[in-house]
Amino acid sequence: MKKYLSFFRLRFSMGLQYRAAALAGIVTQFVWGGMECLVFAAFYRADPSAFPMRFSAVASYIWLQQAFLALFMAWMMENEIFDCIRNGDVAYELCRPIDIYSMWFCRSMANRLSKAVLRCMPILLVAGFLPEPYRMRLPVSVLAGVEFAVSMALGLLVVTAFCMLVYITTFFTISPDGVRMTAVSAVEILAGSIIPLPFFPDSIRRILELLPFAAMQNVPFRIYSGDLSGRAAVNGVLSQLFWAAALILAGKLLMRKAAKKIVIQGG
Amino acid sequence: MSGKERMGVDRSADGTGKNGAAACHVSALQLYRKYLQIQVQSMMQYKTSFLLTAIGQFLVSFNVFLGVFFMFRRFHVVEGFTYSEVLLCFSITLMEFSLAEAVARGFDTFSGTVRKGEFDRILVRPKNEIFQVLASRIELTRIGRMLQAIVMFVYGIAESQVEWTFLKVLAVIFMLIGGTLVFAGIFLIYAAICFFTLEGLEFMNVLTDGAREYGKYPVNVYGKRVLQFCTFVVPYALIQYYPLCYILGRDSRWWYLFLPLLAPVFLIPCYGLWRFGVRHYASAGS
Repeated sequence: MKKYLSFFRLRFSMGLQYRAAALAGIVTQFVWGGMECLVFAAFYRADPSAFPMRFSAVASYIWLQQAFLALFMAWMMENEIFDCIRNGDVAYELCRPIDIYSMWFCRSMANRLSKAVLRCMPILLVAGFLPEPYRMRLPVSVLAGVEFAVSMALGLLVVTAFCMLVYITTFFTISPDGVRMTAVSAVEILAGSIIPLPFFPDSIRRILELLPFAAMQNVPFRIYSGDLSGRAAVNGVLSQLFWAAALILAGKLLMRKAAKKIVIQGG
Repeated sequence: MSGKERMGVDRSADGTGKNGAAACHVSALQLYRKYLQIQVQSMMQYKTSFLLTAIGQFLVSFNVFLGVFFMFRRFHVVEGFTYSEVLLCFSITLMEFSLAEAVARGFDTFSGTVRKGEFDRILVRPKNEIFQVLASRIELTRIGRMLQAIVMFVYGIAESQVEWTFLKVLAVIFMLIGGTLVFAGIFLIYAAICFFTLEGLEFMNVLTDGAREYGKYPVNVYGKRVLQFCTFVVPYALIQYYPLCYILGRDSRWWYLFLPLLAPVFLIPCYGLWRFGVRHYASAGS
């Protein structure tokens, strides 16, 4: 366990070094968040009765999304891992007395976390002082705050576990491009990063909520604003637990299968 | 040896080698065609990669389309624009952007050119440097995006009940020309900044990718201030919102039709910044 912790620490402090990049990112994300708010505001003006969430809940959802972009965006995958599978460097990793799945898992998580830590605070702070109705509010209750924190952690596990599946698939396909592209596009729309899931038609939403993608950003962001509460919030967290376990299990099994007949590339 | 590398050698021989003197007399158009030919050849060495990138481009903007689609399942108008009208707007913006990106991709990847010192090579050749940067990278994979834009455009035309007149068709053509130039201008600024930072500024994404993403809705959806910014600072509205109003008959001012032709004035400061950058260029890399 200790060695994985140190992998985690190493990556985390490495990620913290990129402060200038973070600053540029913050400004960018702020503008994107603002534009997103304005779009939803325009739709709200067009027909408030068709709006499936409270407007303040949507505003919070958007700002959380921008602030914690690095935690949940599937396209932020690690090129290093893809490269090491493709060019054969993975052979060195396999020689180490560690479980390669756990190591990559810790690394990816640390990477995402360090990026998010650098970026989230300024965005949340400024968003908290915006004029109504675009303001980011505090969690609706203490309970919601606690559930939000738990759900965020689980969401991160689900996203990382999903990305691990994509990395491991590269052992079989060698070129990551196709799988990566499809997976990333699927996550984008199905997880609710383009429009929050409640904005989908009900019949489609009911199916989407059964998929692992809904267990990523959808649950924590909606718990935060009280859009999911009580029984629904608990169910959401349970589904996250289920998917985190299922995806990690699937990843480990797939990894074992891949490790049995690994082809080392390059020379 | 990969096809790409071989082509690279050919290309430099063409500009600076023994053919250097002859190259001066070759017209820019001929030379551009030659560059294009070389790039198509080198791309055909990696057919799968080409196809996958094109599909990737398609998927990214297809997701944006899905977002619009589902929003309009729930809401029927936004700021008075219907679904098909929004698609018309989105498709024209996307076409403008894809065209600009296909042609001016060299500026988008310019940070690499500067960092690797490749710009030195460009400077010593007897042709305009902007021309060379443009010609050095012609990105045909944007066909994926273009295809989607065309499909949406056709759907938008069929559904939006616009009564097409000669002037309205002209407006679309003006939009495409003006829009491509404005986006190319933004890429030019992006490249000019690389002279000083050696690295692309992430913030510029707001003006390029952001404009493509948010250009899906007519600019006035975002409110008055954004509209003002997009009219007077970066002229997105001139190539999108105003002529669109003309086409949809939402505004009777006929001169809105010609606004897209005014937009390329934006290129003047962009070019100024570029010249300024070139003058301050200190070679980097080895």
